[in-house]
Amino acid sequence: MARDTLTGSRIRERRMIAGLRQADLARQVGISASYLNLIEHNRRRIGGKLLVDIAAELGVELSMLTEGAEAALIATLREAAADAGAVAAEVDRAEEFAGRFPGWAEVLAQEHRRAGALERTVETLSDRLTHDPHLAASLHEVLSTAAAIRSTASILAETGELEPEWRDRFHRNINQDAERLAESSKALVTYLDESDSSEERRGVPLEEAEAFIAAQGHHFPDLETGGRVGDQSLRGLSSSAAQTIAREMLNIYVADARAMPLAEFQAAVERHGIDPLTLSREFHVDMPAVFRRLASLPQGVLPQDVGLVICDASGSILFRKSIPGFALPRYGESCPLWPLFTALNRPLVPIRRRVSQLGRTAGEFDCLAVSWPQEMPGFDRDPVYRSIMLILPVPSAQTGAEDAQPVGSSCRVCPRDACGARREPSILSQGF
Amino acid sequence: MSRRVMLVEDEPNITEAIRFLLIRDGWEVETHADGTDAVEVISSAKPDLVILDVMLPGKSGMEILSDLRARDDLQGLPVLMLTARGQSRDRDMAEKAGVSRFMTKPFSNSEVLTAVRDLHAQATQT
Repeated sequence: MARDTLTGSRIRERRMIAGLRQADLARQVGISASYLNLIEHNRRRIGGKLLVDIAAELGVELSMLTEGAEAALIATLREAAADAGAVAAEVDRAEEFAGRFPGWAEVLAQEHRRAGALERTVETLSDRLTHDPHLAASLHEVLSTAAAIRSTASILAETGELEPEWRDRFHRNINQDAERLAESSKALVTYLDESDSSEERRGVPLEEAEAFIAAQGHHFPDLETGGRVGDQSLRGLSSSAAQTIAREMLNIYVADARAMPLAEFQAAVERHGIDPLTLSREFHVDMPAVFRRLASLPQGVLPQDVGLVICDASGSILFRKSIPGFALPRYGESCPLWPLFTALNRPLVPIRRRVSQLGRTAGEFDCLAVSWPQEMPGFDRDPVYRSIMLILPVPSAQTGAEDAQPVGSSCRVCPRDACGARREPSILSQGF
Repeated sequence: MSRRVMLVEDEPNITEAIRFLLIRDGWEVETHADGTDAVEVISSAKPDLVILDVMLPGKSGMEILSDLRARDDLQGLPVLMLTARGQSRDRDMAEKAGVSRFMTKPFSNSEVLTAVRDLHAQATQT
């Protein structure tokens, strides 16, 4: 179903959220209730002034009605369908489902994400015995002691005539082992309890740190005015690993804010627009710093939201700031056609590509990417690069002006069969 | 003719219990608690069978087993491996390294005795 054919469903949903009767909204925008009914059931196309008026009456951004559910939500629904295995979900109607029942779609997507997180917890736990030396040693201690007790107790119980010397020795042994077992069991339970409370076992510290940054809107007013990253602000993070990652992110934030003070940077953006090269020269910083700064500005400074992705040389995503219309998969690998990865092949060379991400909203984005050495290069040592990509939505009036390279979010939910970069078959068919 | 077992185990009370069992069953038992020089000790003692713990100080039972199998004079020696880790990957590793029998703690005395008798019988038949 084309993107704009669901505008009516979104109007209906927003009207109901606003608590407005169909007749009331129709009267406010100067149309008949029956005509609005047809619009809301996607039987009449809508656009132009009427759509603007309806958005104003409903108190929502126009894009909320035209774009509706984000591509990420659709992508998650498709992943959920793929993971359902034998259950044949109507994958080709995922967009319609999200448009008609956005609340239920979000519930399903959240449950799918939760199931993914739980599955990874199970994997972490399964793997833990192998990789957690403390746990392995503790369990070995408990089982070895249990083996000694079992063996000794059997001897005492089953050996008919046991010499007093042996009997006394085994009694002593069993007493020692019982005490040891009590102590080692207690230590093991304490260890597991502590692990539970600190949530180390979740195994997703990067995502936890990312969620923490996102919850603050990617902007930290205290750090703009010379504040320091204190432990206090990180206490909400449940694992020490997440705290460490978040602290590193915020330390970089502080350095960027110092190099590009907010007021001056904002003034420079007003003068030059979102022009990373000029901004980089004006503030004497490298391009990744400008990208990060642009993505951490408070709401309203830029005319539009921008997205940001950072990866390391292995392609592992280290940071994501999502943006409507450009789906960033939460789990698994991303689309190798992203300029983010192209930049890894051309270190220090800034790359600009206009891309369109296939899917529901089919928006266009200018992606600016550059890779840089993670640490100072040294003799006889290969540099290790990271790559960063700023994602700028192309205003709808300018879309189609130049060729946009089609990219996906990840192979599983990408419909482009004839793609040389494909890793695995898609669950979608071409043209969906 | 005496039957001799080398028990390589660092847990003294397990050692004592198994030693008692095997002596009662007519075996001559030598014990050793350190992995570091276990291969040399086994080589010089020339037992009929080895009971080998996996987690040992100095050198793991898996490494010891691999070293034994790499030697011409010890590659056919029956080895009963004891471990607290019953994961299939450990069992696979032990089998690849050439273990004769794999037993998970806590085991029963009868299991140990049966395994030792079986392994010895198989070795003497071949």
